[in-house]
Amino acid sequence: MTTSSTPPQKISRETDLSDLEYRWGFVTDVDADIAPKGLTEDTVRFISAKKNEPDWLLEWRLKAFRHWETLQAEDAEPKWAKVKYPPIDYQDMIYYSAPKSPEDGPKSMDEVDPELLEAFDKLGVPLHEREKLAGVAVDAVFDSVSVATTFADKLEELGIIFCSFNEAVQNHPELVKKYLGSVVPYTDNFFATLNSAVFSDGSFAYVPPGVKCPIELMTYFRINTEGSGQFERTLIIADKDAYVSYLEGCTAPIRRTSQLHAAVVELIALDDAEIKYSTVQNWFPGTKEGVGGVYNFVTKRGRADRNSKISWTQVETGSAITWKYPSVILRGDNSVGEFYSVALANNHQQADTGTKMIHIGKNTKSAIVSKGISAGQGQNTYRGQVKIMPGAENSTNHTQCDSLLIGDRCGAHTVPYIEVQNPTARLEHEASTSKVSDDQLFYLMQRGISEEEAHHMIITGWSRDVIRELPFEFAMEASQLLKVSLEGAVG
Amino acid sequence: MLEVTNLHASVVDAEDGEILKGLDLKVEPGQVHAIMGPNGSGKSTFANVLAGRLDYEVTDGDIEFDGESILEMPSDERAHNGIFLAFQYPAEIPGVRPWQFLKAALDAKHEANGEDKLSVREFSKLYDSKVAEVKINPDLMKRSLNEGFSGGEKKRNEMLQLAVLQPRLAVLDETDSGLDVDAMRVVADAVNALRSPDRSFILVTHYNRLLHHITPDIVHIMADGRLVETGGPELAEEVERDGYKRFLEEHAVATS
Repeated sequence: MTTSSTPPQKISRETDLSDLEYRWGFVTDVDADIAPKGLTEDTVRFISAKKNEPDWLLEWRLKAFRHWETLQAEDAEPKWAKVKYPPIDYQDMIYYSAPKSPEDGPKSMDEVDPELLEAFDKLGVPLHEREKLAGVAVDAVFDSVSVATTFADKLEELGIIFCSFNEAVQNHPELVKKYLGSVVPYTDNFFATLNSAVFSDGSFAYVPPGVKCPIELMTYFRINTEGSGQFERTLIIADKDAYVSYLEGCTAPIRRTSQLHAAVVELIALDDAEIKYSTVQNWFPGTKEGVGGVYNFVTKRGRADRNSKISWTQVETGSAITWKYPSVILRGDNSVGEFYSVALANNHQQADTGTKMIHIGKNTKSAIVSKGISAGQGQNTYRGQVKIMPGAENSTNHTQCDSLLIGDRCGAHTVPYIEVQNPTARLEHEASTSKVSDDQLFYLMQRGISEEEAHHMIITGWSRDVIRELPFEFAMEASQLLKVSLEGAVG
Repeated sequence: MLEVTNLHASVVDAEDGEILKGLDLKVEPGQVHAIMGPNGSGKSTFANVLAGRLDYEVTDGDIEFDGESILEMPSDERAHNGIFLAFQYPAEIPGVRPWQFLKAALDAKHEANGEDKLSVREFSKLYDSKVAEVKINPDLMKRSLNEGFSGGEKKRNEMLQLAVLQPRLAVLDETDSGLDVDAMRVVADAVNALRSPDRSFILVTHYNRLLHHITPDIVHIMADGRLVETGGPELAEEVERDGYKRFLEEHAVATS
């Protein structure tokens, strides 16, 4: 098959990333165990049956599917974001394929794409994680299995549940039933509705009352993350006075076999609890000419009860389109919501990202720090909503939106929505747009720092308020990732 | 060490014509030169051209360092070779710590010269001792590079970099401007402490003030893009007493 560089180009199974010479990709045969192409009620039943789900979950999926059909008939995807892409043919996709068995992966690091290994080096990915990330068959990876098992024992001791979403459905149905869709209802938006109907797998975490989870939970410590597919569903619950820090994704350019990704993440922080959720997203951004690349339409939202805190930190450097607005519903008094974001749009990437802070409880506080970097012909939009409801006495928000432009063909856009229904609220909004100045570059270079390193230093310095919110090792990698993602854009 | 011959330079893409119009200068190891001149005579342009700033274009002449032309050399390589410019207006770099910046600069220099980098511990020790030496407020060093620094603090920070990087040729571009007496003393002390038989300085200045604290070996008067007179410290005293009028008249420079 051929790929044309002239849009519109339809997304389908046929414009699979493996056809697009994705540097990090390698072609594997599609497993036989797949659903027929297209999306019907039968597809939803097929998926649910494959996963041996209880009736209530099938019913929930079906309700979502029926709702999605009405949305699809009306206006399909939401159109308000500043992103352009060709029409998506939802009947030309496959919604279920069985998780790949370990034997399909490379047998050892010798079989792994050398460019991927080079990327690991550049990013400083720890050795023991590389095999896992490269998809090397798990049973060959004694190290990471034992690491994972050690952590699993520790977590179990504390009563912390950390497993795949499907396992949670089987083993902890009461928790899933209670919280699934409680923050992002299946009617929420087109992509969340689609996800609710056909979600494949994802992560589940529950931290019991009073327990502080002693390690950062990472998706790639789990053995069965592979194959969780394009419609991930994540549910994290911190019970009263609990604490958990969760890391999603990784800096390494992970292979993805499909182009459309529509994930849903729900966080529930009960009274006095705290959830810190960090994301590094580095999916295939498309070629330099703007062909291919992942369309990432994500709905992430947290519910913050009394005295609780939810903090989102994200470094978004990948995907052709990023459409995501990690949000917090501050429904409990004294609850706190935070959003720290660095989004990079290089070449033809389009990022439309931001947050929503909905203040319902009294004395609620939110903070937003958004850093958008645009290079090449990249388009970067901050879109954020701060809403103060009538009962949210003495609530405060501080928003800071900074844009950095590299070159003269890119764009930065800031679209804040502010709605205040209580006169005691205090809101601050700061925005800036800047370029890497010749004075800064000359200053660093005159001290002996190379031009490339000087750019990197200026850009990571500029992003520092966000990057320092990440766990330390992750922060180092994220900083390297910014550098790698901007290679060729500067100098 | 440094030999500048018939240097002509102008601002890239500007139509105002040349700023440097045939500048000649020879600096031997261990010498301290002062270049004095009125505003607009081209002093800062010369300092920047020497350091390799891309906004300027050399249209004629040459700059040789250690007997080799450096005109084609980017500014980072000039720095590795030991050329240092203390800036008149140091740039502010948000989010970059002075420590991190200086470590990267020293590492780059060592790497380029095939030398071992300092460990974090070794560097910290060096850094702390130099911070104390130039009497810069250590709290300031926890901020972003030059951000929110006063004029005097920025100059002290330049002296800190000078002391850590130990260049062979240091060019101080109007480092004395806007300094109070204490800060002036710090700058002078830093330079005097670093004077050595193999290190040279070029002090670019408008006034004689700094030269009360640092005695130059050679003083040049710059006017209209050239060095028009060269002498000893007595030239600086004459400028302090009588201004630049005589030089401008004798060398037929329009004083408009």
